[in-house]
Amino acid sequence: MKVSLKWLKEYVDTDLSPAEIANRLTMAGNEVKAIQIIGENWGEKIVIGQIEEVKPHPNADRLRLVRVNLGKEERTVVCGAPNLNVGDKVVFAFTGAELKDGHTGEKVVLKSAKIRGVESAGMICSEMELGISDEHQVIMVLPQDAPVGMTLLEYMGDTILDLDITPNRADCLSVIGIAREVAALTGKVVREPEIKYIEKGSSISEWINIEIFAPDLCPRYSASLIHNVRIKPSPRWMQERLVAAGMRPINNIVDISNYVMLEYGQPLHTFDYDKLRGRKIIVRRAQSGESIVSLDGIERKLTPDMLVIADAERAVAVAGVMGGANSEVTDQTTSILLEAANFNAASIRRTGGLLNIASEARYRFERGISPGLTIPALRRATQLIAELGEGEVARGYLDIYPGQAKSEPIVISSEKVKRFLGVEFSQSEILSSLTSLGFECKVISDTDVEAKVPYWRNDIHVEEDLIEEVARVQGYDKIPVTLLASPIPSRNPDPLLKLKQSVREVLASSGFTEILTFSMVGLDMLKKLSPDMGSVEPPPVRIANPMTADMEYLRTSLRANVLSAFAMNRRFEEGSIRIFEAGKVYLPAGKRQPEERETICGVMGGQLFAGYWQESERMMDFYDAKGTAETVLERLGLSPQFALSHDPGLHPNKQAEIIIDSRKAGIIGEVHPKVLAAFEIEEPVYLIEFDLNCLVSLVSYRKAYQPVPRFPSITRDIAIIIDRNITHQKVKETIQGFPLVEMVEIFDMYMGEQVPPGKKSLAYHIRYRAQDHTLTDEEVNQIQENILQKLNADLGAVLRR
Amino acid sequence: MGREKVCLKTIKTGEEMLNQLDKIKSEAVVDLEHATDTGALEAWRVKYLGKKSELNQVLRSLASLSIEEKKAIGAAANSLKDYLENIFKAREKAIKEAQIVAAALKETIDVTLPGRRPPAGHLHPIAQTIQEICEIFSSMGFQIVDGPEVELEYYNFDALNIPEGHPARDNMSSFWIDITDESGKRPMLLRTHNTCVSARVLASQKPPIRAVSPGKVYRYEASNATHTPMFHQLDGVAVDRNITMADLKGTLYEFARRFFGENRKVRFRCDFFPFVEPGVEMAIDCAVCHGEGCRLCGNSGYIEILGAGMTHPEVLKKAGLDPEVYQSFAFGMGVERLPMLRYGIDDLRLFFGSDLRFLKQF
Repeated sequence: MKVSLKWLKEYVDTDLSPAEIANRLTMAGNEVKAIQIIGENWGEKIVIGQIEEVKPHPNADRLRLVRVNLGKEERTVVCGAPNLNVGDKVVFAFTGAELKDGHTGEKVVLKSAKIRGVESAGMICSEMELGISDEHQVIMVLPQDAPVGMTLLEYMGDTILDLDITPNRADCLSVIGIAREVAALTGKVVREPEIKYIEKGSSISEWINIEIFAPDLCPRYSASLIHNVRIKPSPRWMQERLVAAGMRPINNIVDISNYVMLEYGQPLHTFDYDKLRGRKIIVRRAQSGESIVSLDGIERKLTPDMLVIADAERAVAVAGVMGGANSEVTDQTTSILLEAANFNAASIRRTGGLLNIASEARYRFERGISPGLTIPALRRATQLIAELGEGEVARGYLDIYPGQAKSEPIVISSEKVKRFLGVEFSQSEILSSLTSLGFECKVISDTDVEAKVPYWRNDIHVEEDLIEEVARVQGYDKIPVTLLASPIPSRNPDPLLKLKQSVREVLASSGFTEILTFSMVGLDMLKKLSPDMGSVEPPPVRIANPMTADMEYLRTSLRANVLSAFAMNRRFEEGSIRIFEAGKVYLPAGKRQPEERETICGVMGGQLFAGYWQESERMMDFYDAKGTAETVLERLGLSPQFALSHDPGLHPNKQAEIIIDSRKAGIIGEVHPKVLAAFEIEEPVYLIEFDLNCLVSLVSYRKAYQPVPRFPSITRDIAIIIDRNITHQKVKETIQGFPLVEMVEIFDMYMGEQVPPGKKSLAYHIRYRAQDHTLTDEEVNQIQENILQKLNADLGAVLRR
Repeated sequence: MGREKVCLKTIKTGEEMLNQLDKIKSEAVVDLEHATDTGALEAWRVKYLGKKSELNQVLRSLASLSIEEKKAIGAAANSLKDYLENIFKAREKAIKEAQIVAAALKETIDVTLPGRRPPAGHLHPIAQTIQEICEIFSSMGFQIVDGPEVELEYYNFDALNIPEGHPARDNMSSFWIDITDESGKRPMLLRTHNTCVSARVLASQKPPIRAVSPGKVYRYEASNATHTPMFHQLDGVAVDRNITMADLKGTLYEFARRFFGENRKVRFRCDFFPFVEPGVEMAIDCAVCHGEGCRLCGNSGYIEILGAGMTHPEVLKKAGLDPEVYQSFAFGMGVERLPMLRYGIDDLRLFFGSDLRFLKQF
């Protein structure tokens, strides 16, 4: 909402600077986004002049010598503009005036100059030189009533406040609305326009009959009728204000309805009375199949949930959104039916949205304006049409008001104000705050005041609304700053959030960088995650109104985004890449809300010691991913098992489920080469995935204390030859089954020439310890021997010599 | 000759022997000063403390003395022996230390070569910011809570005093989930703000309540430097019998002080949100112009940080709380804005672009 300060000052007196007015409005809830000054640099040296004489330049064909009357003096300057006419009012700049260069637009200070031998002290200005527009071919010509000698600043200068009006304050989408705010915030009184006009002839009800068939969508419909109107351009002052507010002047009637809308905030509509059939206005829902050509010439298909204004035969306007071409006011129009109505906000919003029409009227109606506004705005516009359109107003006006509700006063108690705001305002402060905003107040007890809401406000319903009015007029700065004094509620932190934080921190300290990506993905991305690229099962949750196909579904896996990020970063990063994302996946749950599972997915690939100058380089492999998973789980106090698994998106032989207490808490593995190819990754990538919703039930942050051993340990090594298909885990479990074995650790695995085909060599450190004595060599030798026998009997292992 | 000497000395008097001890001492001290390496030190030890040392001869010849002399000279000789042993040990320690230092000095490296780092990753700047905010509110007794991102229309809008047709719904264009209920309506959407989590907290917990919920929110807005279809918000709510707007100001002021630092100006102005009344917008003075007005802050001198207010009585009623008994405040802030201001990031999309060259800066 753009408000001209000149216009505003017609309704409220203020000496405050534009910046201070803007500050007070902003603090009280109507934010001023920008202050635009028209004529900021004009000053005293740019004045209105009248051309007295135009003579040829003695030394140049295309230049003229122009004598300009400036009131107190006359000046003759050299000018080359093509539109120099004696008698025209023009803008004259003295030397020293600040202008913009007519070609480059840069700021210049006007100097006197000799042009082709003739001294020229001053200049007749184009709009571009004044900073008004880009027009620089012709000089600016002012209306004939422009007073000679007046500075342009006084004549045309203005300050425009650009306000951001919150959705609850449709009443502030008007100059008077803002004037009321300024008045309340500066201790002044609003001067509303005095509305007076003469009515003539027969009563309006003899000319037109109004019926509302849809009172739920049209709480009020008011109308007046003006005959013998002359359609012509509106006066300059009105045009200027419309332009300043960002609207285009059309003719006096259209301009008046726009002007009064800007003034009061009530949208108006004008019909050419003679085009209405059957002397009737019917406010009804559209019939199915009905259509209307709107003012912009487009045929609009209407549906029965849209409200229309109709005559006896057909729709003549889409209510509150746009008028119809069939009843449009044209240059030939003589009788105007003026409408000031109130429509249901939700209905206007829906209709405007369906028809895709954005209009100033819709903008106001869909915020919900007060039905109390129709009559003042109707009468004001009627007055202006009578004055500026030289029309004759039919007697009376029509006012159908099915939505009239009794507005009960609201009680505000100073005790509640204090309890709510934490600061005490006296009853007189409460009274003056509300009265300044137009509330009619009555003191009903020591603490209580009864306030009647002014007709233009429809955002005040409960005591808390009144408290806000008091607080914002008094100023939020008067509310003190205190810290919560009430007891801190005792509640346990969410274990899932704590777990997520722990895992993220371990991953980050293990070299993984966190990414955050959109939850919406394209189906093709999810398809790429399985090597057959087939359908995604279960089908992911779809967004009904996706923005693009690549954000049509809710992700069921983090893998697609993490792999895409890997591929993208590989373009810049040659060494190791380790990234992860912690976020939700959305698993469909029929008609219910999808199951949102907190998941962490990390991928890694490239050289392990990338870019280091001394280490020998080695590519990451499966065991680096596994080690990372083990580190994470160890930090959570968990002892996982890993078992070969069958996730189709991973390498068939290089993947393992993370199993804790027989539950699957995650997976690690090499990403399937076909999946990698689908993501245009040309190297092995290893993946770690944790299901945090599962992990959270397994994690116990409690740790059991083990006494520090009192007796020394003995460590022995053992190397065996064994079938290749027997896992390390089997060997390890067999060894661990023996008493006094404290720890088993593999330190070598070998397959090759030194061992028979189909066999492998495994070498272990075994650490023995007794809790109650120092072990002897004999004891350990015996166990070691027993272990070998058991490994041989159960697994066919033989000692490697 | 040697034997002769010994014979001669054996007949020395007690006084001569004492003089001899003094001489040994002074010679030993001087000699020791010249012993600067292990070899010289060993030679010194043999000379002064060895079996054939002069001192040892004195000790051995004590037998020939009278008891009184034996006592006196024996004590003097033993004391000299202790003394020599002590200065020997001290010298030995000093030489060893000097050797260690000399050896260390021979070892040289180029300290400007890069260090061998354990791989270090980076947490996302948004996640770091959320963590920081949560820590501040945790310390003020707020519980961190979470809620569904695919939210029911009821919690996202209706429970927050935003009924169907309310213009505030226009400002939060939504992604609707393609699932319809029996009446053909779509009851679910991607939450457009995190205030719906506060609505769930109000409906499910008993006062006193203090909770903040960080998380992802979604708006139907094409990506550009200042908009992305997904971003993060942190919403908070507190309920008790006597919570005031002054408490709201205090809580938010404390947050601003701890997040932005001590010397920033904080501004509270009236604003509108359907779920609060009175409504508040909190802003801090612009870090660039300090309140003077510049391009960054749109000449206002202040930068909006969050919206807040006293929870609307309708919202409390819908959650089953009696607004005559309980008072509540609520606030909500966009998270991305904070690291953008702090680090001067000018494009929102960077946060979601997964570019390690960006993410590794934090």
